[in-house]
Amino acid sequence: MSIFINKDTKVLVQGITGSVGAFHTKQMLEYGTKIVGGVTPGKAGSRIEGVPVFNSVYDAVKATGANASVVYVPPGFAADAICEAFDAGLDIVICITEGIPILDMVKAKRFMDGKKTRLVGPNCPGVITPGECKIGIMPGYIHTPGTIGIVSKSGTLTYEAVHQVTTIGLGQSTCIGIGGDPINGTNFIDVLSAFQADPKTEAVIMIGEIGGTAEEEAAAFVKAKMTKPVIGFVAGQTAPKGKRMGHAGAIISGGKGTAAEKIEAFRAAGISVSETPSDMGKTLARRLGLNVK
Amino acid sequence: MNIHEYQAKAVLSRYGVAVPKGKVADTPAEAEIIAEEFGTPVVVKAQIHAGGRGKGGGVKFAKTPAEAREYAKQIIGMTLVTHQTGPQGKKVKRVLVEQAGRIKRELYLGMVIDRGVSRVVMMASTEGGMEIETVAAKTPEKILKEWVDPAVGLMPFQARKLAFGLGIPGELTGKAVKFMTGLYKAFVDTDCSLAEINPLVLTEDGDIVALDAKMNFDGNGLFRHKDIEVLRDFDEEDPTETEASRFGLSYISLDGTIGCMVNGAGLAMATMDMIKHCGGSPANFLDVGGGASAEQVTNAFRLILSDAKVKAILVNIFGGIMRCDIIAEGVVTAAKTLGLSVPLVVRLEGTNVEKGKEILAASKLNIISAADMGDAAKKAVLAAAGQAN
Repeated sequence: MSIFINKDTKVLVQGITGSVGAFHTKQMLEYGTKIVGGVTPGKAGSRIEGVPVFNSVYDAVKATGANASVVYVPPGFAADAICEAFDAGLDIVICITEGIPILDMVKAKRFMDGKKTRLVGPNCPGVITPGECKIGIMPGYIHTPGTIGIVSKSGTLTYEAVHQVTTIGLGQSTCIGIGGDPINGTNFIDVLSAFQADPKTEAVIMIGEIGGTAEEEAAAFVKAKMTKPVIGFVAGQTAPKGKRMGHAGAIISGGKGTAAEKIEAFRAAGISVSETPSDMGKTLARRLGLNVK
Repeated sequence: MNIHEYQAKAVLSRYGVAVPKGKVADTPAEAEIIAEEFGTPVVVKAQIHAGGRGKGGGVKFAKTPAEAREYAKQIIGMTLVTHQTGPQGKKVKRVLVEQAGRIKRELYLGMVIDRGVSRVVMMASTEGGMEIETVAAKTPEKILKEWVDPAVGLMPFQARKLAFGLGIPGELTGKAVKFMTGLYKAFVDTDCSLAEINPLVLTEDGDIVALDAKMNFDGNGLFRHKDIEVLRDFDEEDPTETEASRFGLSYISLDGTIGCMVNGAGLAMATMDMIKHCGGSPANFLDVGGGASAEQVTNAFRLILSDAKVKAILVNIFGGIMRCDIIAEGVVTAAKTLGLSVPLVVRLEGTNVEKGKEILAASKLNIISAADMGDAAKKAVLAAAGQAN
């Protein structure tokens, strides 16, 4: 078992003819992901890495039976691409694109209201169920199938966590990057509740960062609803106020969204907090009672 | 991106938002001419990207054109220090000269994106002139909020709700609605991330005008607003941060001694945290991004080395799509072409890590290699303190 994606997930690549889309299509195919089609308006009939290209998500779904898509469309067109995927009734849409105007996402969220499709991202590394399906830009080879669920706002910090989990001799059930934008689809709570329900996942690592209140809300959920152990880390403990730290969402404004507040909320919820980013694996091992040097 | 008050007022007035009659002056003589043209009294206001200008002596009330000239002379060229500029202050290049109305009441009106509900929210308060954060902390019940459905925009009934909540007299409701709907339209049309009218004033003559105006724009939306992009004032920005953005690097300068180069915003923040945990202090936040080239690595190095405070450099890369060998080559090229004046600690992990380490070892450069993040931070802190590892 896993959450959101598995070996049967049939994936479309939106923006497959762009250089980024084409490159990652190859990477995902090599990992074993079932890429069944691509979408680029006006490029129907061509092939990328042997994958047929369609004019619309609707056409691609009709021809291939796809139930998921990944978006590599440039920022100015990405919100439209997300909405198109929702309109076609897919189960899950994973948007990698960074730099989507925030008001485009405000409109897209309104469009998404009441529809069954799940959005992950934007501005995220994607989702991977090791050994089964990789959708996104993460390096597949660092992952090992296992029992630890990982959810994070940050891409490379997720890789760091994956690496540390592997170092202590464990693997991952599913790893999900929810993205660093202020407005996104799937949030921490969505992922945590899916991990709680997933029989294969035994413990969860949650990586947050400064800005917003998503971490505090997630902590309240952990306290109220989770029985599985959760390990947490919050990046940006040393970040100054009012400066946007790379991610559009990572900013302490009006004195809100500090790492200290989030860590406090984690602790109060019984989450084992990793003091430093290099202690995530060790903190997990301690919480699980494993003997690790 | 921020713009000046006079620019924000020009943008807003295009959307029917009422602003005082005003013109910008680069010289005291111009200020006098404007004051003569409008008729006195006028207000002379320093134009910098920071609040608190009045308290810092950057806003003056002039009763005659000669006084306007005199105040402009004092303000233009002065270094204005406010609670938002930092102790070094900001140099004033020009002033806004505005007709002074008789103020009856001062209110607050602002718009931001509420990330919790993914909608634009308009906020209003009777506490005009105060910082909204202060009001929110002390008397949150005094802030009225209306969330906007993007499908229909700010509805007139919502604007009326705010107007009545603020105690704006019934006969001025029409003007208030026009003001608020205009503000919302300006916000969404120009991809704003924040718009603030503080204070919004009711005048003795029965008008509702924006006495001050602040607009911030979403950098990701600027590509479709060339007319807004040209309003950018590079003098108001940190020159290193500006240069970094030209190379597609995300850079924020900080006060410490350890220059950082990291891939990914989350890992970059975590690296800063790690340095602090080891007793050091980061000189910057620098995210080289997911697909940095050797050229970008060189540019990143140049930026880090241009900061005289830097006593050691820490490179922390978890190569995913970005390969460690490419990064290693970039580091070696940069170190050779720019010359390494400070110790360099490198931690590489991920795709092609062995090849990357070989390249660093073969370069004969004095590079301190680290096993993991914790090790790298410890070594960088020691190196910055001038101690051998």
